[in-house]
Amino acid sequence: MYDTSDIRKGLKVLMDGNPYTVIEFQFVKPGKGAAFTRTKFKNLLTGAVVERNIRSGEKLEPANVETRDMQYLYKEGGDLVFMDQTNYEQVTISADLIGPAHDLMKDNLPCTVVFFNERPVDVALPTFVMLEVTASEPGVRGDTSGNVQKPATVETGATVGVPLFIRVGDTIKIDTRTHEYVERVAK
Amino acid sequence: MPAALRGRVLAIDGELAIVRGERGDVRAHAEPSWRPGDLVDQAVVVRPFPGGDYPGPATEVARLPRRRLALLEARGRALAVVRRFFAERDFLEVETPLLVPSPGLEIHLDAVRAGDGYLITSPEYQMKRLLAAGFERIYQVCKCFRAGEHGPHHASEFSMIEWYRGFAELEAIIDDTEQLVAAVVAAVGQDTQARVAGRVIDVTPPWPRLTVRAAMHQWAGIDVAGDEPAAALVAAVRAAGIEIADGTAWDDAFFAGFLARVDPALAALDRPVILEDWPAPLAALARRKPGDPRTAWRFEAYVGGIELANAFGELTDPVEQRARFEHDQAIRRARGREVYPIDDKLIAALAEGLPPSAGIALGFDRLVMLATGAPVIDDVLSFAAGEL
Repeated sequence: MYDTSDIRKGLKVLMDGNPYTVIEFQFVKPGKGAAFTRTKFKNLLTGAVVERNIRSGEKLEPANVETRDMQYLYKEGGDLVFMDQTNYEQVTISADLIGPAHDLMKDNLPCTVVFFNERPVDVALPTFVMLEVTASEPGVRGDTSGNVQKPATVETGATVGVPLFIRVGDTIKIDTRTHEYVERVAK
Repeated sequence: MPAALRGRVLAIDGELAIVRGERGDVRAHAEPSWRPGDLVDQAVVVRPFPGGDYPGPATEVARLPRRRLALLEARGRALAVVRRFFAERDFLEVETPLLVPSPGLEIHLDAVRAGDGYLITSPEYQMKRLLAAGFERIYQVCKCFRAGEHGPHHASEFSMIEWYRGFAELEAIIDDTEQLVAAVVAAVGQDTQARVAGRVIDVTPPWPRLTVRAAMHQWAGIDVAGDEPAAALVAAVRAAGIEIADGTAWDDAFFAGFLARVDPALAALDRPVILEDWPAPLAALARRKPGDPRTAWRFEAYVGGIELANAFGELTDPVEQRARFEHDQAIRRARGREVYPIDDKLIAALAEGLPPSAGIALGFDRLVMLATGAPVIDDVLSFAAGEL
């Protein structure tokens, strides 16, 4: 069992039969009142966020949640196949679970897969991926002020907005959380 | 005209070095012999170093954020203002022990054990003994320790300004508080505005006042008598739409309502508030108001939603005081918390005679936060717990 002093971002707990992860917490204590931890939990199955006040002394039940380092292998229809590098076990995960970042995944990308009661429920990608630009119109000269962007297609097939100076063959860094261009990477 | 200064080399960036001197971080011409960490006294300044990542490996010193240095400087100035303020008001600065056999008996405070005793959670008991011994106006700025408290407004080790006036009422303490806060904010900031979460709060005295019952009625829709059974208050809190379990104790029910509704409302005000007339169950060391035993002589100062200070018209009756301590001990025992001994010497001092007094504890770190706009308490500590 966990108590309030164990609460930290990423802690996995079981509440009403559902696995939750702590996404935010704050210690609260009025001068003459009881201390508690105002905690935001994300349901690992539905993504719903709930806020609970956990009083000092209260217990939280650990969830049977396991995180495994896995490698992305290939796409299979709307699913993605991953492999555990320690035992070569393969699991198939729906692209929906990964969200918009699924088209930024290149073969052999290392990921962290979260399992609840042996079932995959979440995939954490590296924050940044480096991908080569395979198609993009040349930028129009003279319109370089501000954040003017043009679409570019990268090697995984995804389309991202990039600055006008990016050319086919450039490698760019993309933030998987926002699906946005970050910078050009020196070759 | 380039200025030369003394300082420590934080990092070397090719031809330039980043040097931390008295006037902040600057870029200066790097001598070939300089290495990060060197103390130099003839740095030729090229331009200020506004911040950002240090090029190359940086010294340990550089890891203390620059902003922190400015905040610590503000903290030092605030402390000087506090001492001058009390000297001008004819208070004597005292120092009482931090290591004591009885750390303060409050239901919701846990002390830190040290040797055969504990570190104080507040200097209250010893300062009251000094009042009983004959001092009339005393203050101190000291460290207090409360186990397990760490958050944006809480550090387990923190600094308290505590002061007492013998033969005085709470009214005089309210005036001290308003003037002290205004003086520190004016001296540390540029004007009379305290800053909390990017908002400004005008701390010019006098501050608006509100009773606890009016605040609970107005913002939570809960009427608090002070002597109703816990179950009745729980029902009132639930009727106000706040989730609360059956069997919740009276004080927990009160704070469930207070924190859900009153706290956010106080935080939204652009003026500080003196929240006064607390229900008696929430004031273990305060006198009851004459003619109204359900209400205690207690006020709290809230600035931008931050609970800055707590004051009591001090309880001077030794029999009543012992009864309340025993009550708190019983509650701690029932809740499985460590039971601290009663401070018999405090009771004896009350029996010998404590003048009618009023006293207050004000969080110095929080005052520095308000004066500087620092959002978390760790920002105004030289080293936070996680940095040791």
